[in-house]
Order: sequence, then structure tokens, then C-alpha cells
Amino acid sequence: MSFISNLLNGISLGSIYALIALGYTMVYGIAKMLNFAHGDIIMVGGYAAFITMAANWCPLWLSMVITVAVCTVLGVVIEKVAYRPLRSSPPLAVLITAIGVSYLLQNIALLTQTANPKTFTSIAAGAPPFLQVFSGKGAVFFKANPYQDEGLKPVLTVSMETFLAIVVSVIIMIALTLFINKTKAGRAMMACSEDRGAAQLMGINVNATISLTFAIGSALAAVAAVLMCSAYPQISPYTGSMPGIKAFVAAVFGGIGSIPGAMIGGVLLGVIEILSKFYISSQLSDAIVFMVLIVMLIVRPTGIMGKKISEKV
Amino acid sequence: MAFLEIKDLEVYYGAINALKGISFDVEQGEIIALIGANGAGKTTSLHTISGLIPAKHGSVKFNGKELTKTPAHKIVSMGMAHVPEGRRVFAQLSVLENLTLGAYTRKDKNEINESLEHVYERFPRLKERRTQAAGTLSGGEQQMLAIGRALMSKPSIVLMDEPSMGLSPLYVNEIFDIIQEINKSGTTVLLVEQNAKKALSIANRAYVLETGKITLSGDAHELMDNDEVKKAYLGE
Repeated sequence: MSFISNLLNGISLGSIYALIALGYTMVYGIAKMLNFAHGDIIMVGGYAAFITMAANWCPLWLSMVITVAVCTVLGVVIEKVAYRPLRSSPPLAVLITAIGVSYLLQNIALLTQTANPKTFTSIAAGAPPFLQVFSGKGAVFFKANPYQDEGLKPVLTVSMETFLAIVVSVIIMIALTLFINKTKAGRAMMACSEDRGAAQLMGINVNATISLTFAIGSALAAVAAVLMCSAYPQISPYTGSMPGIKAFVAAVFGGIGSIPGAMIGGVLLGVIEILSKFYISSQLSDAIVFMVLIVMLIVRPTGIMGKKISEKV
Repeated sequence: MAFLEIKDLEVYYGAINALKGISFDVEQGEIIALIGANGAGKTTSLHTISGLIPAKHGSVKFNGKELTKTPAHKIVSMGMAHVPEGRRVFAQLSVLENLTLGAYTRKDKNEINESLEHVYERFPRLKERRTQAAGTLSGGEQQMLAIGRALMSKPSIVLMDEPSMGLSPLYVNEIFDIIQEINKSGTTVLLVEQNAKKALSIANRAYVLETGKITLSGDAHELMDNDEVKKAYLGE
């Protein structure tokens, strides 16, 4: 039972990584840059949710809408102000700018929110667990422990947060896949990621398409922020950096630029992290995660779903 | 005023002066060939006309409208399509997806389907392979797809950059036949070619580019008999 519980926790954490990795991979595929400020957008989203949820006037749904809106606008503005002027500069200049933006966001958060971590109230606070399994009694969904009086404890508990993270991520991934494959804007994104010049010759506005990509990536980061802060209820100015880096690892693991790759990479990484935390060593789990990346880069540098790099003759 | 009028066009790549003030014009219904050696500035001219590269100086007027200040993605809906050098089809996307992207700027679904039928009629092979990824097509088929994709925007002028490059002689003839057909159905063609003999044989007029300058121009058939052209470009 503990294996199943760990597996589910891993898939749940992995779904959150996948949401973040999608932002990395889409931006990489279309704008051909690594947005290292992506993790800090999660942090901003976390604070936006934290502040609005603490306010009396703000119902939970409005708080979620505001969080997504704040991150979306932030992502688009960052692209416009910091990255667009460097569109034809060498990739290194853009990379350094992205790191600069990352530090800028962290330091603004330090100034305005202080370095003290704050306790985040889960969006599912007060809700019963999604699933409890009792030996000899079977499973109970969406209910508080009905055998409390008999002193019976569940052998397997799946929290509401775990459940929400998986469900929300799956819905978003399906919606995103449909959007990319079925809509005109989605196909424009595919075209831009393959050949920006040829896309322009089709009449596609490349700048608008890149803005849209940043908007979607940042909105996903906002959702990831709420899910993550609910599952690991703490927020500080550095909250976003570790998940950001891990999601980047997930994106590379799955094959950077590939959308299904980011999903698979994210989930796998989450599972690897949680399982190694439980069965190997909780201190070494991060090291194991990064080691997996190194092994992957040696064995299959393009990632699980990576495109073969073909050379033009 | 000419249909497409290029005046004193100057283009730089950093410090390199790729076009040193070229002027030429294209009348409606013509096939105009730009010929010249590698690095003469043929592709640069086309890229500047369709807005992929900014011009330093000069003007490009299409239907009386200035193009040098117009962003590339807006030029397509003005009636200009560009078949780029090396075909540049979207390799991961299917043939059909490539063709629908060609109609990206158009709204009317029925009209788009009509254009699609026209393209399929002209290139039956594309219809057969419509669900196949464009990257799996042969070079000649990809060239047809690139041309078909350009026609999907219902252009009044098509810029074609080296459509015969890297194709087998059989395909080369086919592509040049297609260009003539497209022209006969009312589309103006501005053709850039290294295969000068073929280009001159189907063009009305031609311009010879040499290191960023136009050195010769005139009736295509007269240019074919020009001794300089014969020696430099026709290998005679």
C-alpha cells in the first residue's frame, strides 16, 4: 500500500512538474530560448494566490482567476520588455537576460514580501481526503474517516491536493493538446517552432505567436503554483527556483521542444523523486533526479520524445 | 505605375552591402526572371520584397503600396506569396496542414476549400499524400507542396526562389511547366533561378544581377542571344 501511495504522490508532484515543464518546452520550441525566469513566475503566482486568498473580499474562484491573470500578464510583459529586443541577438545574451529577470523577480519578492516563508492555506483546506482505504472495509471516497469511533485508521490515504493536482493537470494537458492540434493559432505555433521565416511567409504574426506562447506557459505556471503551494503549503521568494529547475530537467528529459515529452518527463521525474525519497534517501532524492538527467543526456541526448537532429545535406 | 516597382533598393548584412541600389519592375501578368551567380543578391532581393529582411534604402511598391515598412506577415494578405529557396515546407506537419497554413490569412472556408481543390487538381500527388508528413516527401514533391502552399493564399504575384534547385531533370521540366501554367491562369511570377537557360526560356523579361547590381536587362529571348549572358550563365 505504501508503494501505491508513494506512486500516486509521485504522479501528483510529477503532474505539477509537467505543467511547469510545458511552459519551458513551448517557449523553447517557439521562441528558441530557455526562459530561466519561468520558475519565478510560479513564485509570483504563489504570492498572488496567497495574498488574494488572505483577503476577505476575495472568494476562492476569484483568487484563482487573479493568480492566472497576474502570471499571464507578467509572462507577456517580460517577453516584450526583456526578450523581444534581443530577438536577433546571440542565444547567450538572451539566456543571461533570462537569469537576470529571474533574480529581479526574486529580489522584488524579497523586498515586498520579506525572506520569511509564509504558510500557504491549501485550496482544499478543510476538505476530506479524496480516497481512504481501510483493511477489510474497502474504499471510501470524498469522506472523512467513517470508522473514527472504532479507532480504525486507513491503510491508504490519497489527499484532496494529490487528487486535484493529477486531475487538473490531466484536463489542462488534454485541452492544450487539442488547442495545438485543432486550432489555427495552435497550428501557427507549430509552424513558428519549425521555421519562423516560412511561418511569416504564410502571413503568421511571429511576435504575436510568441506572446501567446508566453501567455499560455505563464498561465500554466500559475496553475502549477496554486497546486504546488497547496500540496507543500509554504511560500518564500525562492519557492519557484527548485521546481523551476526540476521542470527544466523534466523538459530536457522528455525532449525539449516536445509537448508530449514535457508531460511524460514531468510525471516520470515526480515519480522518480518521490520513490527515491522513500526507498533510497530523502537527502539524496534531488541528487538522484539530476543524476537521471545526466544519464539521459549521455544515453539519449535528445530526450524521450526528442526529435532526431537530422543534418541538412 | 508598374504592378511591382523596386527602386534604388539597398540592403546590408551588417557591414556587407548585399544590394547596391537595384531598380526593376514587374508588370501584371508577366514572368520576370532574375538571374545571376551565387551571392549576386537574388535571394536577398526576394527576401527584402516580402519583408523578411529590412531595406536600408529605396522602395518596393506593390499595387501602389509601399512594402518596405510593412511587416512580412501583412504582405501575404496583400496578394503576394513567396516560395522560399530550399522549399522550407513544415516537415513535421502533414501535407494538408501545410496547405491550410498557406491559407492562414484567409477567412472564407468555402473559398479555401475551392483553392485546395485547385491545388489538388494541379498536383494530384499532393492529394494522394495529404495525410503524410511533409518531411517524408521527395524533393520534387516538396517543391510542389511549397508552390501549392503559396497558391493557397490566392496570390496575384508569386515570388519563386530557385524552384528547380536540387531536382532531377524530369522534375525540373515539370516545375517549369507548372510555373507557366500558374502564369497563364493570371498570376504574375517573379522568378529567381540559377538555371538561366530554363528561366530565360519561359520568362518575358529578365534582369541579370551581379554582386548586388543589375548589369543587364531586357527581353528574355534577346538576353539568351546576348554574348555576355551566353558566356557567363548559359555555358556556351
